[in-house]
Amino acid sequence: MSSNSGTATRPPRSLLRTVRRWESALVVILVAVLAFGTIESPNFLTTTTIFFGGLDIGQIAIMALPLTLIVITGEIDLSVAAMLGLSACVFGYAFEHGTGAGLAIVIALLVGALGGSLNGFLITRLGLPSIAVTIGTLTMFRGIAEVVLGNNEVTSYPTGLTVIGSKPVFAHLAYPFLFFLILAAIYAVVLHKTSVGRSLYAIGLNKEAAFFSGIRVNRTKFILYLLSGVVCAFAGIVYALQNDSSIYTAGQGLELNVVAVVLFGGVSIFGGRGSVLGVVLSVLIVAASQVAFTLINISSEEQQIIFGVLLLFSVLVPNSAAGYRRIRAWINQVRTSAPAPAAGAGAEL
Amino acid sequence: MSATKAPEAVAHPAPAARQHRVAETISRFRPAVIALLILLIFGGTTIKNSSFDGLSNIQAILSISAVYLLLSVGETMVIVTRNVDLSVGSTLGMSAFAVGEIYNHDPHITMVVVLLAGIGIGAFCGAIIGLITTVARVPSLVVTLAALYIIRGLDNIVGSGVQIEPSVIPHSLVSLGYSTVIGIPWLFVLVVVVALAAGFWMRSFPAGRELYAIGSDPEAAVLAGIPVARRVFTVFVISGALAGLGGVIFLAQQATVDSTAGTGYELIIVTAVVVGGVAIFGGSGSVIGAVLGALLLQVINQALVAAQISAFWDSAIAGAMLLAAISFDRLISFRASRALVATEGVSYVE
Repeated sequence: MSSNSGTATRPPRSLLRTVRRWESALVVILVAVLAFGTIESPNFLTTTTIFFGGLDIGQIAIMALPLTLIVITGEIDLSVAAMLGLSACVFGYAFEHGTGAGLAIVIALLVGALGGSLNGFLITRLGLPSIAVTIGTLTMFRGIAEVVLGNNEVTSYPTGLTVIGSKPVFAHLAYPFLFFLILAAIYAVVLHKTSVGRSLYAIGLNKEAAFFSGIRVNRTKFILYLLSGVVCAFAGIVYALQNDSSIYTAGQGLELNVVAVVLFGGVSIFGGRGSVLGVVLSVLIVAASQVAFTLINISSEEQQIIFGVLLLFSVLVPNSAAGYRRIRAWINQVRTSAPAPAAGAGAEL
Repeated sequence: MSATKAPEAVAHPAPAARQHRVAETISRFRPAVIALLILLIFGGTTIKNSSFDGLSNIQAILSISAVYLLLSVGETMVIVTRNVDLSVGSTLGMSAFAVGEIYNHDPHITMVVVLLAGIGIGAFCGAIIGLITTVARVPSLVVTLAALYIIRGLDNIVGSGVQIEPSVIPHSLVSLGYSTVIGIPWLFVLVVVVALAAGFWMRSFPAGRELYAIGSDPEAAVLAGIPVARRVFTVFVISGALAGLGGVIFLAQQATVDSTAGTGYELIIVTAVVVGGVAIFGGSGSVIGAVLGALLLQVINQALVAAQISAFWDSAIAGAMLLAAISFDRLISFRASRALVATEGVSYVE
């Protein structure tokens, strides 16, 4: 917990501090991945890879933004990917029943707002732990998606809309990635340049202090969950249109990927620390490494290892100095006293 | 505001104490409530489908649930210490695959070696997770999330191009998946033994009680002289070992395995444990409750099929169960905490 302190105040900028920021490490990793990809494969930095790289990461990237704010306030939302699936199914169901694409989008977004409000209500009004609530709504949203569409698959959306999955918008950028960049810009401004954004850090660092300094803790959190529902519903619509398909398994299992992307971006799981820039860099690294490793025939399953190691480093590196001291102390202790293996806890009874 | 209330409450300490007792009693009977729910669902489903309470069907449900029940025992121990283990599904997959590989090389190896190998692999994964969590003092959520990906990826590297054919899995292991003793499936007996042992340890041994102390307040536990790091390390090893054992059982039941075995189990297990009354932030809950919670979700799953209600409702109900369970817990603790606010003059309780 002590590692969180002192991040909300703005210290005088020094070069050392800039270098030591996690975002700087992310820039180095991103450059390394880009260099690695360019050296390993001549097809790495081409228009096709930029398009498909952006297309593949699109939904995860979009869902990572609202989650970033929620994690900064010290909470979590695991229902993001299930909301994507539910929204894709509701959108498909409405469209199939002849509402037209425009109304179907509105309905799907409303469902997102409703689901987000449910999370927000349970967490802020009943005071339930967000991790348990959102595991529950994760299961429930996915279940409702199953009930809505069953084994059906809705396809053949209007080609004017499915174009977001087949054609770049400009400069080889995929539509979903462009949506992400626009949203990221909005989120960055709100988080880093407004008093509301600053209050999120205050809530994450010390909820009670934030409460006593006049921040509406519960209302703020409620709005964050509401927004998360809407943005994830939007990601669901993008998913349905980009793949020209709505099925209840849409985005299944993505929730932990989204959490991993956010944490890898340097957002502290305890709240109070993190930036939109870090998350954007994290998204870029994941997208670039996916493309690079796929080009050199490392399967997506094997890429998980690299991703897991990076995620581990994202928490180990900021703690490394203190960890090193503890390991030294531990070794000294083991050397001086009789060795007491940690696994023998049961034996000492 | 609180200042005016406080003297009044101090003057009448009895109601507060009674409210505490009510909350305590209900949470103590949590397993009984869940068991009752299971029986109710059984009864209700039997009315719709008379073959549901048949011996063979009950045996099938108990065997199918065995892996989930086993994993929920380990997960309970981890969650009680205010940690979480998201790597259980991957560890199970790794163990199942490794054991299959052992059979690929030597189909005649004895089952004891195989069981020990599975448990050992799981314990090893758990030990590494436990070491990183305790030595580096980083949140277990992140460590086990990373482990989920790393172990699954390793599993894929080892497993790519390797086929575990059902023919190499010896009959002795496969029969473990369905054979019974006095009508009870062996697997269920195994789970009950493990759950009772773990439950007894956590209830009656100092080291087990210390898990609750750690979960209630980790910093206070350190000050009280509890070897927090060692206990947390131990529960991760146990959770890993049980996931490893779960892998062997998984192989026994399926007789074949691929690198996706156990994918997505982690959140199912956490759901079951929380439905079973284990507080997600640690400090309270019992193994028996968690196991019953896991069984309840499995029974609902099977009951939907038997009652010819669309199985699509399964997840929706499981999610609603979880929300109902935690809301119910909150409702009970609300009175207790309000009493606490009144007696101690705390005006802002989380």
